[in-house]
Amino acid sequence: MVEDKEFMPKILAFLCNWCSYAGADLAGTSRLKYPPSILPIRVMCSSRIDPLFIIKAYLGGADGVLVAGCHPGDCHYEKGNYYTRRRFALLKKIFEELNMEPDRLMLSWISASEGHKYARVATEFTEKIKKSGESSVKNKIFL
Amino acid sequence: MTKALKINKNAEQGIKEFLRFLLESGKVKGVFSLKKINKEGAVAYSLITDPKDLEDSVPFYPVMPVTAGSLLSRFTLKGSPDKPVVAVMRPCELRGFVELVKREQGSFENVFTISMTCGGVYPLDMAVDKKIEKNLPKYWDAVKKSEIPADVRTACKGCTEFKPYTADMTVDLVGNKDIDKQCIILLNTKNGESLADGMDAEFLEKKLDTKKLDVLLDKRAVEKKKLFDEIDKKMNGMDGLIDIFGRCIGCHGCMRVCPICYCKLCEFESPDSEYKPSNYNSELKKRGGVRVPPGTMYFQLGRLTHISISCVGCGACDDVCPVDIPVSTIFKKVGESVQKIFNYIPGKDVKESIPLVTFEKEEFIEFEE
Repeated sequence: MVEDKEFMPKILAFLCNWCSYAGADLAGTSRLKYPPSILPIRVMCSSRIDPLFIIKAYLGGADGVLVAGCHPGDCHYEKGNYYTRRRFALLKKIFEELNMEPDRLMLSWISASEGHKYARVATEFTEKIKKSGESSVKNKIFL
Repeated sequence: MTKALKINKNAEQGIKEFLRFLLESGKVKGVFSLKKINKEGAVAYSLITDPKDLEDSVPFYPVMPVTAGSLLSRFTLKGSPDKPVVAVMRPCELRGFVELVKREQGSFENVFTISMTCGGVYPLDMAVDKKIEKNLPKYWDAVKKSEIPADVRTACKGCTEFKPYTADMTVDLVGNKDIDKQCIILLNTKNGESLADGMDAEFLEKKLDTKKLDVLLDKRAVEKKKLFDEIDKKMNGMDGLIDIFGRCIGCHGCMRVCPICYCKLCEFESPDSEYKPSNYNSELKKRGGVRVPPGTMYFQLGRLTHISISCVGCGACDDVCPVDIPVSTIFKKVGESVQKIFNYIPGKDVKESIPLVTFEKEEFIEFEE
């Protein structure tokens, strides 16, 4: 059983209720194929995602963290995702500056009708993480 | 060219004379300034209303017990003073206060500010046993020559923002050879001009000598690059961070003295963030061990997301760290890179919004995938 040994990353995905979660749902009901690496967490809006959540996930050993919300301009709460984008940019910059694998963080806009995009993003991100390998933070004790 | 006031006394006596004039003429009700509390070199910020008490005030004393930004915030948080007060503070303290005012943690109403071109301050632990007293002649000599005084705070050595952005009045210190003989106070704003109006001194048109400031700026920039390069070598991913922050004892002192950390109910001090038995169990199961106290990296990274956007680089965190973690260098370095992507200079303009509470519709496209 060679397949069992292959590294399957654990990716925590924060999906907004109105677009991306519905998009993920559509991918499922459309029976689109994507890797079983994503652990979705539904939030009411992508702006609910405090950068601390992402840090906690990363320190907790997540191999990747995906943040997904409505496309800019389509936010259910009108402007939540604009704030998300700024917070994400800030966090990613901090990761970059500390040489801390910013590529393990990803921001994507997936609408409720974009089941295909969800499947594609999930596949591509998983592949990317597979290439970078397991997060080294997982085995660090002294955090 | 701005209007300036020239008082023919040394810088400290000059500013004290000006402050006395402000108090005696009733233009201000109080003066907020450093004041000596004993002869050993201990000083504290004080609000002075009696001109007699100005005798012991030392507005330019090169030490920063708590940043004046935090103190003014506490002073004005629940309402501005009913009569004007003038505060003498360093440029970074003023920037910190501006950032706090933006967060509705204070107000400029009835608060006038006097700042200076700043030569830096000594670490707090030198404020005992007359260590700073003994250093004073050397300090002022270095300031006069646009040099970095030896033994000042690390943050001050690499500080390139020693000229205040928004002060009502700026005292010309750096590179000014005549600070033993005269005190030049630049009146930057209308408020500054009206306060100085009526003072028995010489009024002139003047501007800061940028050449002399640039001499110091260059020296500081070199020092800053050195500090940043040094820390950059150490910050290689999580291993590097564990090396740097591993000795953190979790006292949260850096957070307490930080002028930007203003939350009254801190996430990292809440009982919610305390590890429960189940947390310990899952950590042990997952990693086979856990650091105690836990959550150091979470605290430091979390604090970076909270304050890096507004870090004014005052260095107060360095001063209080009992295990000598170079907190301010790391925060300033990360802070500057973050501030750069938002094109934001903390403390520069009180009317400018903090980048995280505003947005443009078309921006940061490169962060989406």
